[in-house]
Parts: sequence; structure tokens; C-alpha cells
Amino acid sequence: MTTIDAPRSSAARTRSGMNLEKWGWMYMRASGVVLVVLIFGHLFVNLVAGDGVSQIDFAFVAGKLSDPFWQVWDTLLLWLALIHGANGMRTLVNDYVTKPKVRSALHFALASSTAVLLILGTLVIYTFDPCPAGADPELIASFCSTL
Amino acid sequence: MPAKVAGAGASSSSAPLTVPAPRPPVIAGTLYRGHEGMWSWVLHRITGVAIYFFLLVHILDTALVRVSPEAYNVVIESYKTPIMGLGELALVGAIGFHALNGLRIILVDFWSVGTRHQRALFWGVLGLWAVLMIGFAPRHLIHVFGG
Ligand code: HEM
Repeated sequence: MTTIDAPRSSAARTRSGMNLEKWGWMYMRASGVVLVVLIFGHLFVNLVAGDGVSQIDFAFVAGKLSDPFWQVWDTLLLWLALIHGANGMRTLVNDYVTKPKVRSALHFALASSTAVLLILGTLVIYTFDPCPAGADPELIASFCSTL
Repeated sequence: MPAKVAGAGASSSSAPLTVPAPRPPVIAGTLYRGHEGMWSWVLHRITGVAIYFFLLVHILDTALVRVSPEAYNVVIESYKTPIMGLGELALVGAIGFHALNGLRIILVDFWSVGTRHQRALFWGVLGLWAVLMIGFAPRHLIHVFGG
């Protein structure tokens, strides 16, 4: 077996400390494994069980989001999937966009849309009122009438 | 690819060098172009982008539960139309592929013999994907078209 000398390039990096790209790479894989469970569970409960897509309406969502289990499930799904997707899109931008200004603009668009949607989605999950006052009783969950 | 001819362009008195015959223009000799690995990558990228854009819309449409039961129900009704029903089938197909192929990527990266079996793993992904879709498609289509 031949031994290859250590590279002597002056460009060889000897940086110590955090390697953000490596953590991004790890995040894609770690979040991916968890997302398999979260997404298949999500699709099963909403599209396969019961009446599938035709059962989905406000009352159906109210039933789920008034349960802390689904609140946590949906929060994890929101954060893990959106950050995974945005970071994946960052990879595509880096692959295909060479003009530095366009690249920064797209990175900014990805980061800001991600931040806005994470805040919006999280607020929706935790400030949601399953039985809004004055709502048409036909449209809200049956458990509202027992409150 | 044009073969490089030694000494071309310069009048040289040295003995002609033998140039290896140009390789036939097939791409089969390259690392993975045209093979399972390439399709795995292409499909992973396309499905990732498609799911990302759906996720952006999906966070916004779900946020309508915070507006009013009427607003949410009107928009979600459009998810139950035949065209959207077929779109959901395609979306589940895309997510199913991305999820299974994502697990394949993770196995190739972390499993000691993953790289050696990457080709078989890709066919495994396609097989499991087919099973998934055969299970999901009839049930979903009945929910959409079955009245
Ligand atoms: C279902 C579970 C999922 C798994 C197991 C998974 C796994 C992966 C893995 C391993 C990568 C490769 C990262 C790399 O090469 O460094 C990746 C890339 C990507 N994922 Fe996912 N993912 C999942 C869900 C999602 C979701 C929900 C989205 C969209 C919101 C998404 C969007 C993307 C994008 C855009 C890329 C970049 C593609 C590329 O670089 O070619 N993924 N995914």
C-alpha cells in the first residue's frame, strides 16, 4: 500500500472551530429521519384514515389542534420541514446561481420567508380557537356545544 | 471529446508520440452519469423543490383556520376537486420518493457497505415506493371520486 503525503497546499484550511456547512449537512440527515415519521403520520391521519381528504374542514382541524399531541406533532413538522426545505433550496441556489448579488438576494428571500412562515405557523397552532365566539354552529366541532 | 495531439501547432522534430485512441462517445464510463445514481439525484432534487413550494402554500392555507371557519372551508374545498385530487396523488408520490430516497442517501453516507450497495438500494427505493403508491392511490382516488 502506498502512502500519500499530506497535502502541502497553502490553501489547505487549518481552521478550527465550527463548520456550519457540516452542521447543515448533518441537519439534512437528522431532520430527514424524523420527518419520515412525522410526514407519514401526517399523511396517514389526514389522507388515508377515515374519509381521507373529504373529511378535512374547520371542525376536523379544530379536533386535532385542540389536542396537545397534535400541537407538538405539527410544530415539529413545521419547523423541521421548513428549515430542511429552505436549506435544501439554499443548496440549489448555490449550485445554479453564480452572480453574487442574485445569490445574496435569494438567500435573503429564503431566510426571511422561512422566518415569517415559522412565526405565522407557530402562532396559528398555539393561538388557535377551536370554538370561535359567534361562529356558525354548523361549521365548528360538535364538542363546542358542550362547553 | 477531441483527443489532445502531442506537439500539435508547433513544428517539432522529435519523434511523434503515440496518442491513445479517443474513447468512444459513451457516457457509461463516467462515475454515475446516466445510471441509478444520477436518477436518484435528479428525482431527489425535483421532488425536494416541488414539496418545498407546496409547503409554503400549505402553511398559508392552514393559517386560514385563524381567520374564520368559512375562510378555511372555502379554500379546503378546492383540495377536494378532481384536479387537486390528482395533484395530491402526485404530491404524495413525490414525498414518498423523496423520503425513501432520503433514507437511501443516509444509508450510503453512514452505513459501512452503503456505497457498495447504492444501486441495489435505489431499486429498493423504487420497489417500496411502488408498494406505497399501490396502497395509497386506490384509497385516495375513492375519497376524491367516490362521492
Ligand atoms: C420525508 C422525509 C425527508 C427525508 C428523509 C429527506 C431527506 C433528504 C436528504 C438526505 C437530503 C440530501 C441533503 C444533502 O445531500 O446534503 C435532502 C435534500 C432536500 N430535501 Fe429532503 N427529506 C425529507 C423531506 C423533505 C421535505 C418535506 C422537503 C420540503 C419542504 C424537502 C426538501 C428538500 C430539498 C429542497 C433538498 C435539496 C435537494 C438537493 O440538494 O438536491 N425534503 N432531503
